[in-house]
Amino acid sequence: MTANGWLQILFYMVALGALGYPLGLVMAKVYSAEITPFERRLRFLGAPERAFARLTGAVKERDQDWKRYGLAVLIFSSVFIVGLYGLERLQSHLFFNPDHLPAVPWHIAFNTAASFVTNTNWQYYAGETTMSYLTQMVGLAVQNFVSAAVGMAVLAAVIRGFARRGEGGLGNFWTDLYRSLVYILLPLALALSVILVSQGVPQTLHGHVVATTVQGAQQSIARGPVASQEAIKQLGTNGGGFFNSNSAVPFENPNGLTNFLEVLSILLIPAAQVFMFGRMVLARRHAFVVFASMFVLFAAGVAVTVPAEQHGSAVLRSAGVNVTASGSQSGGNMSDKEVRFGIANTSLWAVATTDASNGSVNGGVDAMTPAGGGAPLVNIFLGEVVFGGVGSGLYGMFFMILIAVFVAGLMVGRTPEYLGKKIEAREMKIVAVGALFVPTMVLTLTAIAVVSDKGLASVFNHGAHGFTEALYAYTSQGNNNGSAFAGYGGTPFAASFGGVAMLLGRFVPLLAALALGGSLAAKRPAPVSAGTFRTDGATFAFLLVGVILLTAGLMVLPALTLGPIVEGLS
Amino acid sequence: MARETSSLFTRELVLGAARDSFPKLDPRLQIRNPVMFIVEVGSVITTGIFALQLLRGDTGNLWFVATTAVWLWLTVLFANFAEAIAEGRGKAQASALRATRTTTAALRRLPDGTLEEVPAPELQRGDVVVVEAGGVIPADGEIIEGVGSVDESAITGESAPVIREAGGDRSAVTGGTRLLSDKLVIEVTQEPGRSFLDRMIALVEGAERRKTPNEVALNILLAGLTVTFVAAVVTLRPYALYSGTNLSQTVLIALLVALIPTTIGALLSAIGIAGMDRLVQRNVLAMSGRAVEASGDVDVLLLDKTGTITLGNRQASEFIPVDGVGAAELAEVAQLASLADEKPEGRSIVVLAKEQFGLRGRELADHEALFIPFSATTRMSGVDLDGHRLRKGAADAVKRWVTEQGGVIPPRLDEAVETIARAGGTPLVVAQDNFVLGVVHLKDVVKGGMRERFDELRRMGIRTVMITGDNRVTAAVIAEEAGVDDFLAEATPETKMALIKEEQAKGRMVAMTGDGTNDAPALAQADVGVAMNTGTSAAKEAGNMVDLDSNPTKLIEIVEVGKQLLITRGALTTFSIANDVAKYFAILPAMFATTYATVPGHSGPLAQLNVMHLGTPRSAILSAIIFNALVIPALVPLALRGVKYRAIGATALLRRNLFIYGGGGVILPFVGIKLIDLIVHNLLGA
Repeated sequence: MTANGWLQILFYMVALGALGYPLGLVMAKVYSAEITPFERRLRFLGAPERAFARLTGAVKERDQDWKRYGLAVLIFSSVFIVGLYGLERLQSHLFFNPDHLPAVPWHIAFNTAASFVTNTNWQYYAGETTMSYLTQMVGLAVQNFVSAAVGMAVLAAVIRGFARRGEGGLGNFWTDLYRSLVYILLPLALALSVILVSQGVPQTLHGHVVATTVQGAQQSIARGPVASQEAIKQLGTNGGGFFNSNSAVPFENPNGLTNFLEVLSILLIPAAQVFMFGRMVLARRHAFVVFASMFVLFAAGVAVTVPAEQHGSAVLRSAGVNVTASGSQSGGNMSDKEVRFGIANTSLWAVATTDASNGSVNGGVDAMTPAGGGAPLVNIFLGEVVFGGVGSGLYGMFFMILIAVFVAGLMVGRTPEYLGKKIEAREMKIVAVGALFVPTMVLTLTAIAVVSDKGLASVFNHGAHGFTEALYAYTSQGNNNGSAFAGYGGTPFAASFGGVAMLLGRFVPLLAALALGGSLAAKRPAPVSAGTFRTDGATFAFLLVGVILLTAGLMVLPALTLGPIVEGLS
Repeated sequence: MARETSSLFTRELVLGAARDSFPKLDPRLQIRNPVMFIVEVGSVITTGIFALQLLRGDTGNLWFVATTAVWLWLTVLFANFAEAIAEGRGKAQASALRATRTTTAALRRLPDGTLEEVPAPELQRGDVVVVEAGGVIPADGEIIEGVGSVDESAITGESAPVIREAGGDRSAVTGGTRLLSDKLVIEVTQEPGRSFLDRMIALVEGAERRKTPNEVALNILLAGLTVTFVAAVVTLRPYALYSGTNLSQTVLIALLVALIPTTIGALLSAIGIAGMDRLVQRNVLAMSGRAVEASGDVDVLLLDKTGTITLGNRQASEFIPVDGVGAAELAEVAQLASLADEKPEGRSIVVLAKEQFGLRGRELADHEALFIPFSATTRMSGVDLDGHRLRKGAADAVKRWVTEQGGVIPPRLDEAVETIARAGGTPLVVAQDNFVLGVVHLKDVVKGGMRERFDELRRMGIRTVMITGDNRVTAAVIAEEAGVDDFLAEATPETKMALIKEEQAKGRMVAMTGDGTNDAPALAQADVGVAMNTGTSAAKEAGNMVDLDSNPTKLIEIVEVGKQLLITRGALTTFSIANDVAKYFAILPAMFATTYATVPGHSGPLAQLNVMHLGTPRSAILSAIIFNALVIPALVPLALRGVKYRAIGATALLRRNLFIYGGGGVILPFVGIKLIDLIVHNLLGA
């Protein structure tokens, strides 16, 4: 690994903290405001928000309890699943379809609808040859915003529940949704797309360009409204690219600057949300500890993947590939990596995108070395809590925090409490569901997929690598990541199974988090004493990292043994 | 009952517990503990497999299946044993108590005054019974006539008799105790079968044991983990099939049992029972496990000043003579004036004079001495000796007495009196005839070691508040001296209640002790209310614990037991989960030893994970489940004794326990499994 590469990674990490912190404070203000957050200075923003509040009934119901809040999320999301499915099936009859793409097959349409509404953006299709511009813009691009906003709204509600002192509900879903969209996602996405356009990312409604190559062959070059979708794809931890090859395509990601901004955007909002949480519950030091725990896991992922890729694999060496870095070549495993970005940036992207439930790629994960490709898989299996998806990452982290707090509380001889609130049987029930449902589901689905004939039809490679493909597919979908290991085929069986995995993987933890917020909102916090276990020190960070690794590790180790581990040891 | 705690295990206890382990195999009982229920189901299935193979004559791995089945059954039995031994200790105490209860008959006094003999269990609330000296008090009640000394050793284990009398706060008697002198008329205050003794028997026996809130919460977490491990193991079979390996059910069950948190699952109920038992050892009866758990969370401790923080009686601490008088002279007169004073204050003056000036109480027999006792009207006492009149008493009373005889009040006297009063003490002026000699400083003496105990409580995160009827000045001085964090002066039952409610409104857990009837509402309001056994039955009803020793500082020990209970659970949970790492390294390489082998049947790449170099796949799996089973009885003493609580602050405590039980939990099984494998593989040839 070159010093240059490490320097770039270091710069990235500093930038993440430096931008995330102020953004978090702004976001805390956005969600904490009673009326509209910018009533005083940006008066004109008030009118549309009030109109939206009247339309959705948020004016009348300022404070929903967790059930009402959850119901609103479910209704809102179901409408979009049905709408998106309909749009995909009917796209051939609708406008903005210059390339006359046919209707999307039912299983792909269902999988895609579930995928984009759940902020997963798993793609069983090549965007440029499957989805019309209308589907891309009105369907997928809108979902990139909306599904991210739903996650952010739910997080705000859960945090509000933690902060309440025994009274009131969790806030209003529609208000939170509106604010996430209008005050956070849209401005950030707009700014990023303008920069991307300036760097050469296309933004057009015209169809393919036909070019004549040097050899005289006709080549059709896909383009479209790429920049706008690229920005929100990264910021909203969506990951569904305009093009099949995602951010490895020069039209999505032309140069080093865009690559840096895009990989920064993956973790920006999830990181900022940790600081927002600290501000909203008035526990800044605790938030730093949570941030540090996530950061350690993130850095560990980078520290495993980058050297592993730079070292290359035995297969490469035995094939006579020169894996030694020099002034003229990068060395290491460059298979499926963009030469523009090199090993450091591709590995950094792979780790960030799997930590953050984004799933976008700027290189192929399938061709990574076993350790290098195993780290992203472990990242996803950790439950997308290392920064994680926008909103969903931190609310998923709360389950882990509560397990850590529970064990810690016992070991210091006090009924466990978090932010001063007692953690009792009801909370543990919710936490057990929130933390353990997804891994259990993923293991079960993978099991069905590797023994049934229909499931095996999707597996591309044989042996352990094929097993990893299947495990990765359901892990990625179940955890709403969307990153693909490639190779796994979108048969009707796999697509519908995956769709169900994404829906359950999204909404079961989401509702559990809301229930947790509701349950804690009703409790009055107890003051801190010397006997209280403090959650704002290094000991807690250590414990939290341990709980995350042990909980996920113990679940996934047997499966990993038969996938990347056996591959790596062969 | 005998409460001399010897070793944790006696031969009798262990044998009894071993016997009791078998009936507990009943699945209807096991289902209450989801973790161990899974193990039992696994044992049944493995035994079934063994039986089928035997019938089919398939001897391929019969030995392996049989051994696995045996060790799985042993795992369940060890868990049952842990619970049985915890219960057994209570049972022994309960049968001793029961012996007291059954031998009693009662003399009931009817409204017309006649007496009739009835069996004690038939007494109703409101009945009036007469107990003669030497008789056993047949039921809980209040004394309505008489005074007597009562031997309460059956309940408290304390052999010195106590005085019980009608009226006041010492009127309650407990059924099963023995009246040693005099005759008492008692009104029964209990329903049949609900006596203190009955409740005590039920408590120590664990019959009324319900899972405490925290135990329920932990059980949920353990059940959740178990379900997920079931999924991880069940799905492993298809994964293995895909990878070309056929895993037998026996191996999968062994893996499952090794992974699920059996250690904590097996010991969880023993920990709870032992926690209650530890309180009983300390002569505290908790009415519910919930109260014991709550005591670990206490934030604020309300302690009565008198009797708890101070010795209860004021003691002479200093002689302050007026100008022109020597301290020794003052001491001598004060001592003479107190010689006949049997009150603790008087005696303390005699003692202080002896200590400070070597004055021995003189023999007054050959003198002409007339003792003047204290009376409420004169407010002084003393002696007329050889024509001199020596007096000590309240400042204004003595001053008036001296002035009446034509004496002069020394100018500095008022100053000395005031200084003492301001310091929270009681000034006692000493005079001889018409001459004032000086002042004796009587003060509340804080019991030895209190400051250290309060410091310890502070380190535990508990704030102590002293409750006293004294004025603010006096209270502040004593609070300062004793080292309590805060005080409530001029306390009344109402202000005490208001303080509790105020603390609770801030989210704090409040503990208090009390014995009087007027303490009852506050005892009921407090999260942990410890009633003194000497107290009224109203107080005992209101509290959720009763201290049979009536020692108010017992609260500190109660808090420790409550904390120990949680710490033991937490430590063993961490240990249990941490163990899984090593078990994976034992079982996974064994399961997949030949998977993806280049030469079929030879070791494959995953054999490299056998970092412990265990003999064979079978011995590896057996060693893991043998370790898993043996660790249960090995930890029974820890579960019963509890992990020691140390007041070193929460973070330091966590770090320590995390290091011991988390770190130890990762490392120990590597060592243990390797050792067992050496035996199983090399000695037994598996």
